[in-house]
Amino acid sequence: MAIKGNLHDFTLTQLLNLINLAQKTGTLVVEGSNEAIEVFFTDGKLAYAQTGQEDNSLVGILHKSQLLSSAQFRGIKANVNGMSDKELGLLLINANYFSQQDILLSLQNHFVDVLNRLFTWMEGFFQFETDVSPPEDKITVRVNLENIILEGSRQIRELEHLEEEIPSLEIGVKFVDRPGANVANLKLSTEEWRVIPYIDPKNTLRQIAKVTELTDIEIRQVIYSLVQAGIVEMVRSISHQGTPPSPRLPDHIVKGDKEEGKSLIFRIIDRIRSL
Amino acid sequence: MQTLKMVVTGPFNAGKTEFIQSVSEIDVVSTERRISSEIERIKETTTVAMDFGRITIDNEMALYLFGTPGQKRFDFMWEILSEGMLGFVVIVDSTRPETFREARKILETFRAYAPTPYVVAANKQDCDDAWETDDMRIALRLSHEIKILDCVAMSKDSVKTVLLELLYSILAELEAVDLQIA
Repeated sequence: MAIKGNLHDFTLTQLLNLINLAQKTGTLVVEGSNEAIEVFFTDGKLAYAQTGQEDNSLVGILHKSQLLSSAQFRGIKANVNGMSDKELGLLLINANYFSQQDILLSLQNHFVDVLNRLFTWMEGFFQFETDVSPPEDKITVRVNLENIILEGSRQIRELEHLEEEIPSLEIGVKFVDRPGANVANLKLSTEEWRVIPYIDPKNTLRQIAKVTELTDIEIRQVIYSLVQAGIVEMVRSISHQGTPPSPRLPDHIVKGDKEEGKSLIFRIIDRIRSL
Repeated sequence: MQTLKMVVTGPFNAGKTEFIQSVSEIDVVSTERRISSEIERIKETTTVAMDFGRITIDNEMALYLFGTPGQKRFDFMWEILSEGMLGFVVIVDSTRPETFREARKILETFRAYAPTPYVVAANKQDCDDAWETDDMRIALRLSHEIKILDCVAMSKDSVKTVLLELLYSILAELEAVDLQIA
């Protein structure tokens, strides 16, 4: 019987625990707002995972893992028409391009990565169909779920913490006026360097995330670490690109006659004073 | 009759309902229920939807004070309540530093919904263990432009002062709009 629901009501951690403890075999399909992810399990272990938007072929995964250069990727792609992942894997091993271990490790990392992505989804319809196996031509792995569940739970806690610290991506950031003395010794990560050029109160975090191609979580992580390092501080974004600043007061007061607006506030002040 | 709205927000048990009660000319329309959660059983009842009080300004205008529910699970109400507000007051219990983080989160959320002027009211300043407002400013990471005011929500005068300070901020904001246009 299929297990159906929404991640909002039944979390991924609960689902994976169920699959792990009951040693289930089957396919979990989760449909998010922009993409769908399909994960296969065998006897309660992760066997295979794929997304609807990425290249899930073996050659694509090896390229993404940087085991194949772009030129090699294009060359192999052009020559493996109709070849299954299993056949290609054997070919690559026999030609001494990779060991079996290299290929399995690369696939394992990719599948875990796909599954981990689901931990960042707060919503999404899921359906678990028992006894549905991965496509025959795909190479499968066997990864215990315990560590994935633990790591996923840690990610969820981190996400909740980040959302507490940075509840909205509509705010801006600026460099602090007087950075601490330890700034000279700071070592920034690649992501932090990518964000630094866009630090300006005119840019919202959402805009920075878009231009630097960071996810909502990643931009929160980067900004949080920059704030903690004392380099930047969060401010209200002073302007959206190409649009005038947001009115700070309700439209009917800001857009109306200013003198009328002030007179209205004075009337309230007089009344409150007289209470 | 023209109606205007101010929102009174803050963490659970910060004193929002008392704040409104102190100045409202009507009995505060409150939707309080007995608390079911053991963790939140600091007091017997809590506001589950919203409460509101009214101050009639003159024959043509009334000011409504809306209090937000304090418990996190009702935060879906916040955006609805913030629509069209003149400004908002964030009430913080000065004796419970463990709620400061929550207060800051609420403050940021409201700023995101509607970036209108606001003030922070440091409530329960009459208690011995109340934090000083200067220390609270640091803990809440408030910049110097933001007013943080001593407050005792049970005291009408104290609540009046907070509301007046918010109105002065609104006035300053209107004048700033004038300057931008000029």
